[in-house]
Amino acid sequence: MRGLLAFAALRGHAARTALAVLGVAVAAAMLLDMVMLSTGLRESFQHLLLSRGFQLRLAPRGTLPFDTEAMIPGATAILDTLRTLGDVTTVSPVLGAQLHVPRDGRVTTTFALGVNPAAQGDYELRSGRDPNDANELVANDEFLHAAGLQVGDTLEAATGYNPQLRTFAGQRRLTIVGRARFLYLSAGQPAVALPLRTLQAMTGHTRDDAVSLFMVRLRDGASVDAARDWIRAHVRTVDAISTADALAQVDDRLRYFRQLGYILGAVSLMVGFLLITTLMTVSVNERVGEIAVMRAIGVSRPHVVQQIVLESTVISSAGTACGLALGLATARYLNAILSQFPGLPAAIDFFPFQPRAIWTALALLASVGILAGVYPSWRAASRPIAGTLREEAVA
Amino acid sequence: MSALLTARDLYRDYALDGTAVHAVHGVSLDVAAGEYVAIVGPSGCGKSSLLNLLGAIDRPTAGTVSFQGRDVSALGDRALTRFRLLHIGFVFQRFYLMPILTARENVELPMAEAGMSRPDREQRGDELLRYVGLQARGRHRPTQLSGGEQQRVAIARALANRPALVLADEPTGELDARTGAEIIALFERLNADGTALVVVTHDEELAHAARRLIHMRDGAIITQEVLAPNGSSGA
Ligand SMILES: Nc1ncnc2c1ncn2[C@@H]1O[C@H](COP(=O)(O)OP(=O)(O)OP(=O)(O)O)[C@@H](O)[C@H]1O
Ligand SMILES: [Mg+2]
Repeated sequence: MRGLLAFAALRGHAARTALAVLGVAVAAAMLLDMVMLSTGLRESFQHLLLSRGFQLRLAPRGTLPFDTEAMIPGATAILDTLRTLGDVTTVSPVLGAQLHVPRDGRVTTTFALGVNPAAQGDYELRSGRDPNDANELVANDEFLHAAGLQVGDTLEAATGYNPQLRTFAGQRRLTIVGRARFLYLSAGQPAVALPLRTLQAMTGHTRDDAVSLFMVRLRDGASVDAARDWIRAHVRTVDAISTADALAQVDDRLRYFRQLGYILGAVSLMVGFLLITTLMTVSVNERVGEIAVMRAIGVSRPHVVQQIVLESTVISSAGTACGLALGLATARYLNAILSQFPGLPAAIDFFPFQPRAIWTALALLASVGILAGVYPSWRAASRPIAGTLREEAVA
Repeated sequence: MSALLTARDLYRDYALDGTAVHAVHGVSLDVAAGEYVAIVGPSGCGKSSLLNLLGAIDRPTAGTVSFQGRDVSALGDRALTRFRLLHIGFVFQRFYLMPILTARENVELPMAEAGMSRPDREQRGDELLRYVGLQARGRHRPTQLSGGEQQRVAIARALANRPALVLADEPTGELDARTGAEIIALFERLNADGTALVVVTHDEELAHAARRLIHMRDGAIITQEVLAPNGSSGA
């Protein structure tokens, strides 16, 4: 009977119920997105950084990775040193450079990575194969599209280019053998990867054997911190950064995102709560007469409250459910926008679906909505019966 | 006949801008099981206030109300609500049916609250609607019923849990004479079937259908008269 009364009340005000559900849905969607943004971004970064299993990266001491001026000379010697540390399973040297590819009177400039294809952790092959031979490369779709090339084509690439004189330096003929997706690049950035030796030769770094960066993978269970400290002590030209350190740095930079997320999330929660409270207060206030009648004929106070809480439960659960769908849709849309953010790897998911955080947030909103029915209904059910009936009769 | 309801030295004051309105001023009253009492008096003399105290939807400023020997005024809200549910039937001037429920659902409401099973409820709901002559209108909502029909549904609802006492405050107040007469007839039948009735009314016909007539003035009972059976209304 309570259920019947609750549903009848909701049905009786179908438009109002629908609007309330919609309002809660918007608040829930906002809450969902903010929770995803604030808790998920870090996980997403961590996932990205750990996706290839490299726990340490070694950058030239005192610089940031891929600072084009900064180099780590003597890569082979460092590799040998690193291999003496028993916990190290893979070392991936990386050299970053720019390549200019003239074709049909146009020059396409692309980011180039010199890697050891067998140990690299920068790209994932989509099709074709790794650039195992000295004059081979893999490229991403952005590059292929910009240069109008495809797998199997051969191109002329140069590391130096003078636009005035239209002269090239460090030229080399390379064949595209694979299509790849680069993990750490911003959206839309053309990129290629080729053997480290080749790029070193093209950039004139053969003699000093310089690279921009090493990525180091440790065996499972090895202490990352211990390895990091060992490397810092034994390789004076590099600074070892663990994924945890990198995450901490990222965390620091993303703090604003997170704070924004928390604040807006809290606001959405409040909005949802106030919305349902307002609605239930209005709805209960226009029914004080009915409630007084129910009380007069013997309906208990808890039962009156239960009936109205059932109404707010229906509204808040329906709203939360719609909000989940709406939130996921907006998250996808927002993610597409934010992925274009310059300087951030396109592979980062700003709104990863994190079941625990999401269910917690939505459960919180739903329960807050349910609670919103308690106070107004308890108050209405506690009004003096005779006095309320008299007021209703006068009104 | 044994006393069903006993009111002793009832007072009910309303505080109004610092001054107290003595709506009920020292009323003592017994209602026997199966009795039919009408309370009359000028407007504002405290009839409704007294009825509310008798039906335990209001608490007296002083005095006690006992039902079947049990002091009702001392009960807490929970017990008091339960008491109303099981022992008192209310009929209001403005019917006060739940607009969102059908006639039968309205009648079933107190039974559901009392914990009666659905089949029992439906059966008794039908039975009560038949009793008030509305067996065909069970699926209609209050807005689809006339005033007299609504009041008959309200009476069926008041009878839902077989109360020993039905209290009615101007039950014919909103109805024309003919429809009012139907309600009066229904009350007589109800009383003949053993339910005690206390009605507050300005309606001469209704008042004279009762067996005892209580006259009130200024919050107090001034006279009581016992009416001969078969007062005025036939049915
Ligand atoms: N809640 C209240 N607050 C203040 N005064 C009240 C309240 N309820 C009743 N009164 C006053 O108490 C007195 C008795 O009111 P009551 O409604 O019991 O009279 P009544 O005999 O039922 O009148 P009527 O025949 O017009 O229905 C009146 O003077 C009224 O103004
Ligand atoms: Mg009155």
